[in-house]
Amino acid sequence: MPVPEVRESFSQAIYTVRLGASWEEGGTRTKVVTVGGERALPFHHFDGEIPNPPVVAMEVWDIPPEDWPDPVRAPFQGVLDSPGKWARKCVEEYGADLICLRLVGTDPAGENRAPAEAASVVKEVLAAVGVPLIIWGCGNPDKDNEVFPVVGEAAAGENCLLGTITQDNYKTLVAVATAYKHKLIAESPVDINIAKQVNILAMDAGFPLEDLVIYPSTGALGYGIEYVYSIMERTRLAGLGGDKFMAQPILCDIGKEAWAVKEARASKEEQPSWGDERLRGPLWEATTAYMYLLAGADILIMRHPQAVRAVKEMIQILMRGRG
Amino acid sequence: MILIGERINAGFKDIGRAIRAHDPEPIRRWAREQAAAGADFLDLNIGAVSKNPADMAWLVEVVQETVPTPICVDSNHPEVLRAGLEALDGRPALLNSTTAEDEKLEKIVPLAVKYGAGLIGVAQDERGSPQDVERRVELGAKIFMAATEAGLPPDKIFLDPVLMPIRFMQDQALKVLEAIREYRILSDPPPHISVGLSNICSQAKERGLITRTFVVMAMAAGLDAAICNVLDPDLRAAIATAELILNREIYTDDYLKVWALRRSKGGM
Repeated sequence: MPVPEVRESFSQAIYTVRLGASWEEGGTRTKVVTVGGERALPFHHFDGEIPNPPVVAMEVWDIPPEDWPDPVRAPFQGVLDSPGKWARKCVEEYGADLICLRLVGTDPAGENRAPAEAASVVKEVLAAVGVPLIIWGCGNPDKDNEVFPVVGEAAAGENCLLGTITQDNYKTLVAVATAYKHKLIAESPVDINIAKQVNILAMDAGFPLEDLVIYPSTGALGYGIEYVYSIMERTRLAGLGGDKFMAQPILCDIGKEAWAVKEARASKEEQPSWGDERLRGPLWEATTAYMYLLAGADILIMRHPQAVRAVKEMIQILMRGRG
Repeated sequence: MILIGERINAGFKDIGRAIRAHDPEPIRRWAREQAAAGADFLDLNIGAVSKNPADMAWLVEVVQETVPTPICVDSNHPEVLRAGLEALDGRPALLNSTTAEDEKLEKIVPLAVKYGAGLIGVAQDERGSPQDVERRVELGAKIFMAATEAGLPPDKIFLDPVLMPIRFMQDQALKVLEAIREYRILSDPPPHISVGLSNICSQAKERGLITRTFVVMAMAAGLDAAICNVLDPDLRAAIATAELILNREIYTDDYLKVWALRRSKGGM
């Protein structure tokens, strides 16, 4: 009996998004990163081309991350209060493909730093590393709208990925990204309909659909991961099937979620049966990331170097089937 | 849903005059308007004023110069169909139509094969239009078999179960819906199923409402193509909403806008 032909072919490729700009392109990056472009479900190399492997961005904050537990602070001992050095360590020692600079210090509920201060941190990190930057606001819409015009200008021409825009707050960031040639992260709260709607709103405001990355929200392993997984799967199928509002690369914020749950954070003293947290925490983060790779993630934001190494190895293994 | 714009038909007075006088302007205007409204094909029919194949060739050329939209060459006469096909610049095309009559099948099916066009097959024969489901299925299956044997793949075959005016033949609409369901199971993948949608409301008062209510019911039964008035915004909205309810599109609050963009910008 002949083996039936079960290969799938899709009508549309996911948009290819290039991040970072070299000297020739008007930036100062020594390395640029390309994501997306796939014409198949994740790692289904037999169905269609997957030209670009998923990439790992490592997280750097503008202020020392007080709430990170010890196991994930330890690898960055001595640099957590110096974003430039922290970023360089991520790239040179831990192999980060990109840096995700989180402007937590601008949060009005925290240090409430001024936009100019944030901009100087951005410049510091840009000077310290050659990889492309993701710049993530504090999440307070009004403050983000004050900060991004200044930060976006400070990084003009560097082709950063700025985030996030949401259904209720997108106009300022769209204007900033257009003026200073950056790309945007479109965020939705584990809701595929809103994910599509945000992209429509961005397009209506004049932003190209091919310069967006979808952030569908992320849940840690054990905390709603299956909801996000199914939304990512459906998003990707719609995108490959021809829906241009769903055909963007997908970003997952792994480290932030994985390191927020007790399974990663609790010490051996608190949970003797769970084993050593120095191993358990990175394992929780890596395992969360594996799931999102299989769901279709193109960009993973991560924290612990051991988890990053494990995930990068996994990506290499999963990309081996490429023809 | 494959929408075939019905407006460039010599049965409309302005088009009839334009074809007689070889005046391209009215043709161009309707071609642009229907293309902008999202037509997948433009139906071109000279029948009411001419049987001259050269007139069809002229009409095809005028439309091709104006818009990139694929063309549906519409005639009862094989020579007129052939002239339309020969004038094509390589864009996709449909032939409208053959019936289940042997003589028609023998002449028109090979034309579709030769020119790589899709073929609309109307479930009629020498005995006229069918009045029941069985006859619609029998004639549809006959056309499907003839086209398949000649080498047309199912996705190039469009079966038309013959829609009749609700005002005069009220029992027929339900039979058309049933025939659509039967056509769906003729093959896997199934053929396309198309109707002349405006027939349903002929001489009725609530033309728009009847048309869009029927199209939504027919889409639920499996209809995936229609020759229709693509310029009717309410009809377009009903079709877009039916596609949403049939889960062919991921919901957003702006789904009507998405539908319109996808059609005006070519496959968005």
